Amino acid sequence: MIEVQNLTKRYGNLVAINNVSFRVAQGEILGFLGPNGAGKTTTMRIISGYMPPTDGTVRVGDFDVIEDSLKAKRRIGYLPENPPLYNDMTVEGYLDFVADIKHVLGKNKKDKIRLAMERCGITDVNKRLIGNLSKGYRQRIGIAQAIVHDPAVLILDEPTIGLDPKQIIEIRYLIKSLSGDRTVIISTHLLPEVTMTCTRVVIINEGRIVLEESLDRLSERVDGAQILFLKINHANRYNEVNERIQSLPNVSDVRESASGEFIIQTKGGTDIREDLVRVIVQNGWRLLELRPLTHALEEVFLRVISTEGE
Amino acid sequence: MKPVYTILKRELKSYFASPIAYVVLLVFLVLSGIFFFLYLQGFVESQFDPRFQFFKERINLNDFVIRPYFGTVSIILLIMMPLITMRLIAEERRNFTAELLFTSPVRVFHIILGKFLASFSFFGVMVLISAVYVIVLMAYGNPDLGPLLSGYLGLFLLGGSFLAVGLFSSSLTENQIVAAVISFGILLVFWIIGASSDAQDSILGYLSIINHLDNFTKGVIELKDIVYYLSFIFFGLFLTHIMLESEKWR
Repeated sequence: MIEVQNLTKRYGNLVAINNVSFRVAQGEILGFLGPNGAGKTTTMRIISGYMPPTDGTVRVGDFDVIEDSLKAKRRIGYLPENPPLYNDMTVEGYLDFVADIKHVLGKNKKDKIRLAMERCGITDVNKRLIGNLSKGYRQRIGIAQAIVHDPAVLILDEPTIGLDPKQIIEIRYLIKSLSGDRTVIISTHLLPEVTMTCTRVVIINEGRIVLEESLDRLSERVDGAQILFLKINHANRYNEVNERIQSLPNVSDVRESASGEFIIQTKGGTDIREDLVRVIVQNGWRLLELRPLTHALEEVFLRVISTEGE
Repeated sequence: MKPVYTILKRELKSYFASPIAYVVLLVFLVLSGIFFFLYLQGFVESQFDPRFQFFKERINLNDFVIRPYFGTVSIILLIMMPLITMRLIAEERRNFTAELLFTSPVRVFHIILGKFLASFSFFGVMVLISAVYVIVLMAYGNPDLGPLLSGYLGLFLLGGSFLAVGLFSSSLTENQIVAAVISFGILLVFWIIGASSDAQDSILGYLSIINHLDNFTKGVIELKDIVYYLSFIFFGLFLTHIMLESEKWR
C-alpha cells in the first residue's frame, strides 16, 4: 500500500533522513520508532506530501505523492505532530471545512462527519469552540480530521504526545479500532505504544533505518536474554557481591549502577532468579528489590540505537 | 473552483469571528465619515462665499467632495489593509494548519485565490457600507453618476492591489505583526514613488500605486490604469505562490 524507496532529505548540509526504504502492506499498523530528532517527522511529512524529498520516491496505492500528488493526497489522512486546528471554529464547523477540502461530497458528508465524531468520542463537544477545549479533545479532533474522508492510509505523527496516561490508553484503543483494512503508520518515541498497537516496527536512528521487523518475530528474537535489577544492602562489599553473582551459571554481565543496585544480564533463556536469591540468602545480604528490568523490545531498541551511534 | 469557495467561506467566517475585523471596519467608517463630512461642509460653505460667486458653475459636488473623498479613502485604506491581510497565511503557520492545507488535495493557487477573494470580500463590505455617505449625497444633491461609478471601480482595483501586497507579506512570515509592517512598508514605497516625481508621465509616476486612481475619480477609465492594477494584483498573487511553493523545497 505504501512504498517508500531510497528516501533522502537534506536541509542544507544537514541530512535529516538518508536512503530510507520500507513498505507497508494493506491493513498493517506500522510503528515508526526512533529517538527525538531521528527523522520521523520528516519522513511522515514526505509521505503525506507536505514537502518533497531531496531524493527517492513514495507511492501510496498506485500513486506517486509528487507526480500524482492530488490523487495520492485524497487517499491519505494525516495528523501532524501538532493537530492543525482553527481555534475560532466549532468542532462541527471545522470538520465540515476539512470534509470540503478533502472532497467529501453531498449527502455522504454529514454522515461521515458524524461517524468521525462518534469514533473519536467528540460528539458531546460538537458545538463548542476548538480554542476552549482541552489537549485531549484537541488531539482527538486532530484524529477525527484525519479520518473524516475515510482514507485508505492513515499517518499519525506522535498521536499520544502531551496526553495524560488515561488519554493515552484511550487514543491507543481508538487507533486500534481505526485500523481494520486501513494502513496505518504511527510515529513515536515511546516503546509501549508500538508493542500495544502495532503489527510491525521500523526503528530509525539518525536518519537511517536500523531495524525493520514484525512484532511477533521481534519478541521471538529477544525472548532469550533477560536483564534483572537487584537492590541489596551489602555494606560496601561490592567486589564480593559482584564476584559471587558473576560466578552463577548463565550470568553474562554484572554492573553496579548505584550503591547497592546491580544490573544483571543473563545468557539465553534461563531464569536465574531462584539461584540468585539463594546466593543472597546464603551470604546474608539483605534483599531490597529484585525485578526484571526492561521490556524486551526496549532492550532491542536501546541496543540497536546505541550500536548505530558508535 | 470548489476548493476556492471552501477556503473563501472559512476565511470570511474567521474574519467575523475575530475582533480585528470589527475594529478595522468601525475605524474605517468613522474616519471616512469624518472626512466626507469635512469635504461636504467645505463645499456648502463655498456656495455662500462671495469670492467664489463667479466660478459657481465650476464648483460641483464631484470635484469638491467626491474626488477628494476618494483620495482620502485611498490613504486610509493604505494604512488599514495590512491589518486585514496580515493573518491570512501567517496565522496558518502559527496554528500548524498550514500542514492541513498543504496535505489536502487542493492546489496552492486555489488556496491563494480563496484567501485573496475572502479579504477582497471583506474589503468590499467595508466600501459598500461606507457608500451610505454617497447615497445620502445623491438623495440631496445631484453629483455626476459616471465619475462616481468609475471612482468606485478604481477604488476596488486599488484595494485589490493593497490586498495582494498584504497577502504576499503574510506568506513571508509566521508573525502577523511582521506581515503587517512589511506590507505597510511596501505600500508606502509605492505611494512615495509617485510623490517624488512631479510629472505624471514619468516612469516613477506610472509606478505609483495611487496616481492611477486619479483618472478613475475624474471619470476617465483608461486601459493603462486597469492594466496597472490588474498586473499589480496578479504579480502579488504570483509572488505569494512562488513563496509558498519554494518553502517546501528548502
